[in-house]
Amino acid sequence: MNELLSNYLPILIFVGLAAVIGLALMIAPFVIAYKKPDPEKVSAFEAGFDAFDDARMKFDVRFYLVSILFIVFDLEVALLFPWAVAFREVGWFGFWSVMIFLGVLTIGFIYEWKKGALEWD
Amino acid sequence: MQSDVTSFASLAPAYPELLMAVGAVVVLLLALFWKNVRPGVIAVVAIVLLLATLAVLVLQPASGVLFNGIVIVDGFARYMKALVLGAAAATVMISLSNSKEHGIDKFEYSVLVLLATLGMMIMVSANDLMSLYIGLELQSLALYVVAAMKREDPRAAEAGIKYFVLGALSSGMLLYGASLVYGFTGTTQLDQIVAAITLETRSIGLIFGMVFLLAGIAFKISAVPFHMWTPDVYEGAPTPVTAFFAAAPKVAAMALFIRVTTVSFGPITKDWQQIVIFLSIASMVLASFAAIGQDNLKRLLAYSSIGHVGFALVGLSAGTAVGVEGVAVYMAIYVAMTVGIFACVLALRTEDGRPVETITALAGLAQRKPFVAAIIAILMFSLIGLPPLAGFFAKWQVFLAAVEQNLFVLAVIGVLASAVSAFYYLRIIKVMYFDEPVAKFAAVPGELTAVMAGVGFLIVTYFFTVARPLTDAAHAAAGSLF
Repeated sequence: MNELLSNYLPILIFVGLAAVIGLALMIAPFVIAYKKPDPEKVSAFEAGFDAFDDARMKFDVRFYLVSILFIVFDLEVALLFPWAVAFREVGWFGFWSVMIFLGVLTIGFIYEWKKGALEWD
Repeated sequence: MQSDVTSFASLAPAYPELLMAVGAVVVLLLALFWKNVRPGVIAVVAIVLLLATLAVLVLQPASGVLFNGIVIVDGFARYMKALVLGAAAATVMISLSNSKEHGIDKFEYSVLVLLATLGMMIMVSANDLMSLYIGLELQSLALYVVAAMKREDPRAAEAGIKYFVLGALSSGMLLYGASLVYGFTGTTQLDQIVAAITLETRSIGLIFGMVFLLAGIAFKISAVPFHMWTPDVYEGAPTPVTAFFAAAPKVAAMALFIRVTTVSFGPITKDWQQIVIFLSIASMVLASFAAIGQDNLKRLLAYSSIGHVGFALVGLSAGTAVGVEGVAVYMAIYVAMTVGIFACVLALRTEDGRPVETITALAGLAQRKPFVAAIIAILMFSLIGLPPLAGFFAKWQVFLAAVEQNLFVLAVIGVLASAVSAFYYLRIIKVMYFDEPVAKFAAVPGELTAVMAGVGFLIVTYFFTVARPLTDAAHAAAGSLF
């Protein structure tokens, strides 16, 4: 048990060091930076114009649908990359496994197409 | 990587799952391309698919380990799968006549039920922590959507979100436990984990992993103290969906619980036994007292199902083949009673078509609808566990298994909790038979009458009709684990 844990000691040191450096860089400016705010400095900067409106605006809920549908195919690519690299090792078994996966995914794609999830209006 | 699947015939033990997977996809495409098909037709197709899968399962019994050891099909898996499929088919059937008013008259409902059932079949057959998790998630993700299907109803949306958040939490705990178990045994395969454990070398880390794993599964069977979501989800979800939640997923999760404890952690039975005994006592006692104050029928049935999970766990507490046999019988009778009681709840509508969901609204039911009232009364007596009804034999067998292992305290607490629970079951009978009628009820659809009559018949004549074949099947199922 102890031997197992001591294998992870470098990670513990790494996490501790990362925390110390991260916190130090965040806290240091509050302590040592030179502060002299004026209205121009603290106002929002938007490419030379005055800000048009608040950053926390409402946006169309359909963006949510598009992003969800995007994630599905995004993850598909994330699976296909390592599969393509290891193609020789996984052989026909791996090939047909991924083909079945792609088939199921295509049926999901047909479903969203037929339901009109890809239409904007 | 080599596969142990060499031909189509070598897949024989997985035929039911293959049929279900291909069938669910075909049903989805059918519903998409069939112009103006009514959702009810798709639901009937789904029932046919469920029954066909059940037929393949029963008529083509093949056992074996498949896909490099991650799936196992044995007598226990087949028994539990048959229960799951029967429960799913029955709950889709009792939702046929009332899907519109409950907002589930969409063909997606049937497809999601099919996919959830496929997930449950994988759970029941899982022989690896990976396939266990895949099955569990396939089931859960489909159920989260189904819970919130009536999305314009805020209560249903709340039920869906609550179920999703707590389900995700429980999956997280389960995965954490699985990673610890893998770390301390070096394998994810359930029947190889057992080889890596001996009583002398068991480590704290492994026990931690097992506790987290069991906590995750306890969420799914809604055993106290992991039950908090159950009353809210059962109350908020549309009633036919609640019926499905209360029947099939509980059986699958219970099967998973049994397989993980008895197969993987057999050598450390003494350790998990304490956990199961605690879950069991807490579920029985809390459910009995918490249900007393409920007026909403679905909330009451939620607590009732928590209590019944507690009673079923009494059998598992014994940690013996007799105990597992008791649990298997208990789950079968529990499914029949659940389907029956929800058929009654779904059959009750006021004259203007609103569903009846409170106990006070049942006043005088015996005068208006004597048949429904009689069936509810029979089911209530069976849920209490009075002889000669089926519920008595279910409890008898699990308590017997516990007493054989000298778990007297557990058995006594169980019987006392059962006596307390009699109060709220009897209150429903009192309201139906002795209170003055207030509302008029609409006519009961034919197929619900058939389901009620069938369940009522089986429960009353249990000892003479199904007791023998059911106990034999459960005996064979339990025997395949030990």
